[in-house]
Amino acid sequence: MVARLRSGMTIGIGGWGSRRKPMSVVRAILRSDLRDLTVVSYGGPDVGLLCAAGKIRRLVFGFVSLDSIPLEPHFQAARQRGAIEVTEYDEGMLQWALYAAACRLPFLPTRAGLGSDVLAVNPQLRTVRSPYEDAAELVAVPALPLDAALVHLNRADAAGNAQFLGDDLYFDDLFCTAAEQAYVSCERIVPTSELEAGGLTRLRVHRWMVAGVVEAPNGAHFTSCAPDYGRDEAFQRRYAAAAKDPERWALFAATYLGGDEASYQAAVTALGAEASA
Amino acid sequence: MTGLQQAAGQLVGAPVSTAEVCIVACAEAWRGDGEIAASPMGLIPTAGARLARATFEPDLLLSDGEARFVSGTWALGQPPPGPVEGWIPFRSVFDLAWHGSRHVMMSPAQIDRYGNANISAIGDYARPVRQLLGVRGAPGNTVNHPTSYWVPRHLPRVFVPRVDMVSGVGYDSASAAGPEAAEFLDLRRVVTNLAVLDFGGPDRSMRLVSVHPGVTVDDVVAGTGFELAIDGDVPQTRLPAAAELTLIRDVIDPARLRDGEVRG
Repeated sequence: MVARLRSGMTIGIGGWGSRRKPMSVVRAILRSDLRDLTVVSYGGPDVGLLCAAGKIRRLVFGFVSLDSIPLEPHFQAARQRGAIEVTEYDEGMLQWALYAAACRLPFLPTRAGLGSDVLAVNPQLRTVRSPYEDAAELVAVPALPLDAALVHLNRADAAGNAQFLGDDLYFDDLFCTAAEQAYVSCERIVPTSELEAGGLTRLRVHRWMVAGVVEAPNGAHFTSCAPDYGRDEAFQRRYAAAAKDPERWALFAATYLGGDEASYQAAVTALGAEASA
Repeated sequence: MTGLQQAAGQLVGAPVSTAEVCIVACAEAWRGDGEIAASPMGLIPTAGARLARATFEPDLLLSDGEARFVSGTWALGQPPPGPVEGWIPFRSVFDLAWHGSRHVMMSPAQIDRYGNANISAIGDYARPVRQLLGVRGAPGNTVNHPTSYWVPRHLPRVFVPRVDMVSGVGYDSASAAGPEAAEFLDLRRVVTNLAVLDFGGPDRSMRLVSVHPGVTVDDVVAGTGFELAIDGDVPQTRLPAAAELTLIRDVIDPARLRDGEVRG
């Protein structure tokens, strides 16, 4: 999957904050020689890890947070070093940017952003005047087409039909439809015949949107992937504490990020066994 | 609060704490809102929203912090036992916000005289001294529906002459941006550990509405880095009613999480 990505690409990452992030794919990017990425995300530790590895040239975001820990330390450090360029939008503007791309429209209008410094720090943004009687002046959020989208869902079939089983799809379908190629990782690949039993209205990512599927059990770890598993809060605290200190981060990276996905999962399992011993 | 005050109406045991006064002052933000979604960010506003619905504003909609509207009244830090009455994934939250049927209470790192609020970054934007969350939904929220703010520590570094990154839109910024920015802008109140403020001052600037028990007007002025509008004698923030105190203490926050956010 990561072999199909190229340096310099604009890559959207699904999920929300520290929830249902395609972390196994993010970890694969950390191990790759990809660089100069433009990353688009409702950001969580996906953004933090990519910042720490120096993979991001520009970040398009509305927020970056670990949810139960409000601030993302690697993202903070990258911004405070001036290490990344940013395009900061209101959360709803980001949805509009993806939706415009998905609908092949040049822009979508909104009130969100008017009067705020989002317009000041993004001088490329323009307003548009309604052609109707109201003549309202609104922000014209430009389409944000993605070269690739990465999302993690609970179930999928081998053709790329994918299903969320938790309470929220987030914007995963929009990331897929805004992208030239979308890649789904999932907890479990199942026969197509088993998908409907998981709930028809949860079958929201369709094979026409998807270029590739991979099975990645526990692939969202340490973010939540309800109902398969919740966020690993203890591991997230360990991550956040390590991220604030270069020496501890070096040890964390060596322990968890030095090998492949199987060795990551083995180290996580070993840590869990140690904690419950 | 140094606290000899008792709840209005009857004696209820322990003295009223500042946190309890703040919860009631936050609840008051939603008074009169009717059948809209109350979206509190943070512990004291969340307690306030639940108190408002349990008492004088029963039609409010409240989420479980994830994707469900739930009925009933439940404790901070606990899952809601009440029946689910709606599905509200993030996409629907944006729909709700842009429809206007929502009143949010956010917690800014900086807020200025005209209600511009910053939750994004402190210092020079290109290389901030302190990167915070990002603007989140604050730009869209403020220009679409009622907004209030909660400040747990009323200090000059929060109440600044000019915020570094306008995330939540203030009245002066909206006026400068045009009628579409100002049309639905409705900044209701700012509740702090010292006082309640609104935007009833000249040119819709911040005005001191009431001071909490044990707090002087001078305390509030000293904690504010810009000129506040003050009309004559400033009243004291109202105390919790006995029934409100019972709800706060027994139902909404039996674990006393409120004392970790506001002391005294």
